[in-house]
Amino acid sequence: MSGPVNKSRRNTIIAVAAVPGALTGAAIVAPLVASLAPSERAKAAGAPVTVDISGLRPGEKLNVEWRGKVVWVMKRTPEQVAAFEAIPASQLTDADSKKSKQPDYVNAKTRSITPELMVMEGVCTHLGCSPTAKLTPGEMGNDWPGGFYCPCHGSKFDLAGRVFTGSPAPTNLTIPPYKVDGMSLVIGVGQDGKEA
Amino acid sequence: MASNHASMFTNPVLKWVDERFPMTGMIKEHLTEYYAPKNFNFWYYFGSLALLVLVLQIVTGIFLTMNYKPDAAYAFGSVEYIMRDVDYGWLIRYMHSTGASAFFIVVYLHMCRGLMYGSYRKPRELLWIFGMLIYLCLMAEAFFGYLLPWGQMSFWGAQVIVNIFSAIPFVGPDLAVWIRGDYSIGDATLNRFFAFHVIALPLVLIGLVAAHILALHEVGSNNPDGIEIKKNKDPKTGIPLDGIAFHPYYTVKDIVGVVVFLMIFTIIVFFLPDMGGYFLEANNFIPADPLKTPEHIAPVWYFTPYYSILRAIPPLFGSQFPGVIGMGMATMIFFALPWLDRGAVKSIRYRGTLYKSFFAMFIVCFIVLGYLGVKPTSVWGQLGDWATFVDTKERATWVARFLTIGYFAFFFLMPWYTKADKTKPEPARVTMH
Repeated sequence: MSGPVNKSRRNTIIAVAAVPGALTGAAIVAPLVASLAPSERAKAAGAPVTVDISGLRPGEKLNVEWRGKVVWVMKRTPEQVAAFEAIPASQLTDADSKKSKQPDYVNAKTRSITPELMVMEGVCTHLGCSPTAKLTPGEMGNDWPGGFYCPCHGSKFDLAGRVFTGSPAPTNLTIPPYKVDGMSLVIGVGQDGKEA
Repeated sequence: MASNHASMFTNPVLKWVDERFPMTGMIKEHLTEYYAPKNFNFWYYFGSLALLVLVLQIVTGIFLTMNYKPDAAYAFGSVEYIMRDVDYGWLIRYMHSTGASAFFIVVYLHMCRGLMYGSYRKPRELLWIFGMLIYLCLMAEAFFGYLLPWGQMSFWGAQVIVNIFSAIPFVGPDLAVWIRGDYSIGDATLNRFFAFHVIALPLVLIGLVAAHILALHEVGSNNPDGIEIKKNKDPKTGIPLDGIAFHPYYTVKDIVGVVVFLMIFTIIVFFLPDMGGYFLEANNFIPADPLKTPEHIAPVWYFTPYYSILRAIPPLFGSQFPGVIGMGMATMIFFALPWLDRGAVKSIRYRGTLYKSFFAMFIVCFIVLGYLGVKPTSVWGQLGDWATFVDTKERATWVARFLTIGYFAFFFLMPWYTKADKTKPEPARVTMH
């Protein structure tokens, strides 16, 4: 090489090569990143589920799969409803379910449309494990009113899915949209006709 | 470079190679003329053992993929098929599952060595950072691999870890869906975890290991005295007076370590492959059931100190994010070690009581947090009725909270106590005892 280097010419050539190069790189990465999102088939698989609840006895709990999650359907006894309604608000993180997810049409106290029929996502709001039913009062220590216990990180919930203080779970269990039509329960479509 | 070194071979074929490829140069640079301190002790086995386990995992892993099916409908069955119907399939699989735990045992001991002798201090900061990246990569590799048998622990472990990402404010829930490729852990998740486990992460891991070794050979090994052997070189040859060639001296030493390691390893593979539930959990012999979490779930032992920290930190402002941050920081804080340590000496041999107390406290915190992580929070019972003002009465949760404080105190107070520490004078040359 002879003569002085034309630096501005060199920088222009580098910029001309680098900018389209970077854009090409981004154009290659974008579809790879997008391919990891749920496929069209996965998106289409979220249809509502209909459950026949005519055979459900008081105190009995059914596990229903909806969108890959477990939904608990349980007929709570009047004693069970009275037991969770008697829990003082000071023992609950979100007693009135203000920060928790549930449809507008459910009763804020019982977290259900009718007091007895409980429809609830059995998915811990901490990190997504499915809590275990500990329905017998006293099963988890003397003052245990009956409820659910998450085996992963020890969160405790009452029979309305409200989380007890001292649990790692920040909010109450989620209530999915549902409607009751005689003896058939539809999960995934609300009483207001809205789909989740 | 080939031209810089006279070929060490008289064989015409090897000579021919040497004129076209820096074989002699590389052998000399990294083996026969790489001078390591002569005072290495027991703690210096674990680097080469980690390399051995890496090779073992890659080889057994390749043979496992020949019979494994990454499909939610077939994965569990294909692992049982390997265990029962493939000739020596049980051996290959147990070597791979035992190898995973062995990898972490060896790496934890290797890291502990680094802590004790100050191997992360200047000029080895980058070497330490490469090592930490290997450790993180290894944790990801173990996590992805653990989903593949598609048992109950595989499924619920992945459920919890992926949901950790959904705790990130604003973008979290969408990020978790993107990671899973579905709205819950399913076939799409299994398939991509398989891709990460068998190809993406192993490639990264091998690259990082190469960088780790190159960085080591650039700055030279530390030693139990924590002094630089490069300060005392033979004036004629330029070779450190306290250095000996890696080959044959340390290759022979490491082979002794390999023999002892393989004796222990094979005993576990043949007689204790599940290690009482610590290496392979009983619940993982049950196929994944998305509707039911097992009664007692705990991660594999090598994640439990961090898991305990996650569990100990209470939610704040209606979000579980603080626990996630705590757990993330507990792993990431190791990166900062080279800059947190202000000690006048590197090795624990010449540190004072103050450092030694903090170091001992850290080791106790790490081990007890690890123990609590494999147990339910009710393991040590409840506090008495006097404890009315607390958010939880579980004794173990409170112990874990104090240990978490201890764990972080080791790091956050390090700039202070390493400086205030009354150190002993370092020797000029390495000691042999």
